[in-house]
Amino acid sequence: MSLVELHAIHKSFGALEVLKGIDLSIDEGQVIALIGKSGSGKSTLLRTINGLEAIDDGVIMVGGKKISERDTDLLALRLQVGMVFQQFNLFPHYTALENVMLSPQVVKKQSKPEAREIAEEMLTKVGLADKMMHYPDQLSGGQQQRVAIARALAMKPKVLLCDEVTSALDPELVNEVLAVVRQLAEEGMTLVMVTHEMRFAREVCDKLVFMHQGRIHETGDPEEVFANPKTPELSSFVGGLA
Amino acid sequence: MSEFSLWDIVYNLLLAARWTVLLSLTAFVLGGIVGLLLLMVRTAGNPWVVRFVRGYVELFQGTPLLMQLFIVFFGLPLIGLDVSPWVAATFGLTLFTSAFLTEIWRGCVESVGRGQWEASASLGMNFTQQMRYIVLPQALRIAIPPTVGFSVQVVKGTAVASIIGFVELTKAGTMITNATYAPFTVYGCVAVMYFLICYPLSLFARHLEGKFRNVAR
Amino acid sequence: MAYKFDFGAIVPHWELLVDGMILTTELTVIGAVVGVGLGIMGAWARASRAPVISQIVGVYVELIRNTPFLVQLFFIFFGLPALGVKLSEFQAAVLAMIVNLGAYSTEIIRAGILAIPQGQIEAAQSLAMNRVQIFRYVVLLPALKKIWPALSSQIVIVMLGSSVCSQIAAEELTFGANYIQAINFRAFEVYFVVTGLYLAMSILLRMGLKVLGNFLFERRRHV
Repeated sequence: MSLVELHAIHKSFGALEVLKGIDLSIDEGQVIALIGKSGSGKSTLLRTINGLEAIDDGVIMVGGKKISERDTDLLALRLQVGMVFQQFNLFPHYTALENVMLSPQVVKKQSKPEAREIAEEMLTKVGLADKMMHYPDQLSGGQQQRVAIARALAMKPKVLLCDEVTSALDPELVNEVLAVVRQLAEEGMTLVMVTHEMRFAREVCDKLVFMHQGRIHETGDPEEVFANPKTPELSSFVGGLA
Repeated sequence: MSEFSLWDIVYNLLLAARWTVLLSLTAFVLGGIVGLLLLMVRTAGNPWVVRFVRGYVELFQGTPLLMQLFIVFFGLPLIGLDVSPWVAATFGLTLFTSAFLTEIWRGCVESVGRGQWEASASLGMNFTQQMRYIVLPQALRIAIPPTVGFSVQVVKGTAVASIIGFVELTKAGTMITNATYAPFTVYGCVAVMYFLICYPLSLFARHLEGKFRNVAR
Repeated sequence: MAYKFDFGAIVPHWELLVDGMILTTELTVIGAVVGVGLGIMGAWARASRAPVISQIVGVYVELIRNTPFLVQLFFIFFGLPALGVKLSEFQAAVLAMIVNLGAYSTEIIRAGILAIPQGQIEAAQSLAMNRVQIFRYVVLLPALKKIWPALSSQIVIVMLGSSVCSQIAAEELTFGANYIQAINFRAFEVYFVVTGLYLAMSILLRMGLKVLGNFLFERRRHV
């Protein structure tokens, strides 16, 4: 059974229809890359998966359970689906450690020592054991993004959504973040990422989803899709990158 | 006619100034509580509530404080509440303060970026948790300087309460003037006392502004 | 026994309210024009390099901003005659509004001046403009444009504040209201209606200032 299933998802912003009927299933342990031009709907699609964007029509199922727009359902959904943002969105008034501890404490009602143990574990995992007491503005972009990943992981999500997690970073900081994501993939974490790092997608992902004008245009095994794009749009997209 | 020395004038004004301070503090604290409640319900986003709060702010910012006090003072007895000038002044100034503070704080809450709301939502927080742990702590830092600055407006606003007969600094000034026929001295002293209350608050607000401008967290 | 509202009791006195609104408008227009003019001079003095003048203006600004308008009004109307300055109710009210708005607009306009990029002034200097020319042609208009919303709000505040001028018997709108309620004993009704009139006036004033701002700042760009 799939972990997350999307059926016939529709979403418009005013008159502009950005998602025109999306079907997608995400299996446990799968690593999926969403690619496409900007405006193709890939980021919006990602944001519907944890309910940051409300959908106009369609069904989202997580763990076989349908998610409605009721607040309680949304909160339950977000306990299962974590998210990492392009702009990190760390809480500037908390240290790295506090950023990671906060949600386990207030949402999951874990005790402070418990939350702290998990937070330390996660920060160590992303290689920031020595930066726990730093505030976000004392960290580089790459370090901030790794804290954001640790923060999402501390909630023990079943799926982690990554929205262009390296796009806001200086080039020399990209690799330290990608290394963390790669490690997560190798450990069997279910990942859905919107990315422009094609080489990374090719190496790490199990499944590539190419979006074009609000639809899933082509999908398949990354090696194969990159080697033999079936549609002219994907081949021009891939060609334009090469 | 009784002889008033300068000391008598100052002493009597100082006694009355206690009421100015007390009225200011009461209105500021109660107004802050009401303002915070309005801010919370407004930020939660029900469109009717948003419209109501907007109208409330518009009403209190678009009419004279004196009219607000008159309406409270003459209106409450009509619904069977007999009110003293003290109660009417406290009630009126509380509403006035709450409208201004809620508007000041709304700006501060809105300056906390959308990403903070989204990140905390993604971590499974509900509205109350988002407000309590993420938005308010950040908004508060920005809000402190203008809030302290507004306290000066509250102190000055209490002078208007003299017109509905509450005996505070300004009213005492008028009464002493009527007894001494020395308006220049008396109103001069009254002005100095207001200045001594307000100027430190103004300086403090400016100091905080400079301090918070340079610090991100 | 429930109170019976009688708003009709105001109708016979409507002319008093109209007269009051006219006087409030006069006070506001004169106070705003002269007060902002004073504020421009004050801001110029604050930004100038003459420390004594700048400090004197600074003291004036702080004194006014940290005392109630009502006390300023009483001081001018009741206190100044002791120095031989005797003013009519209207003159005292107008002077108080000018002095009050002058102080606030000094601070507001100064903030606008400080926000002008240094490059603008350097460019004007390298075009051999003198300091007055730089202020007049390069600094003033963009500075005013930047702070026009804040200045507009302050003018509305001063208009609303003029309501306390009734206390020295300047015959503005609140004075009219006090007069009517003393005759017909319908205080709540009268003040309720007058509050509505003030609300309408403040909305109109805000709109008027917005139109004026567009006229002053937007059109000139294309000339």
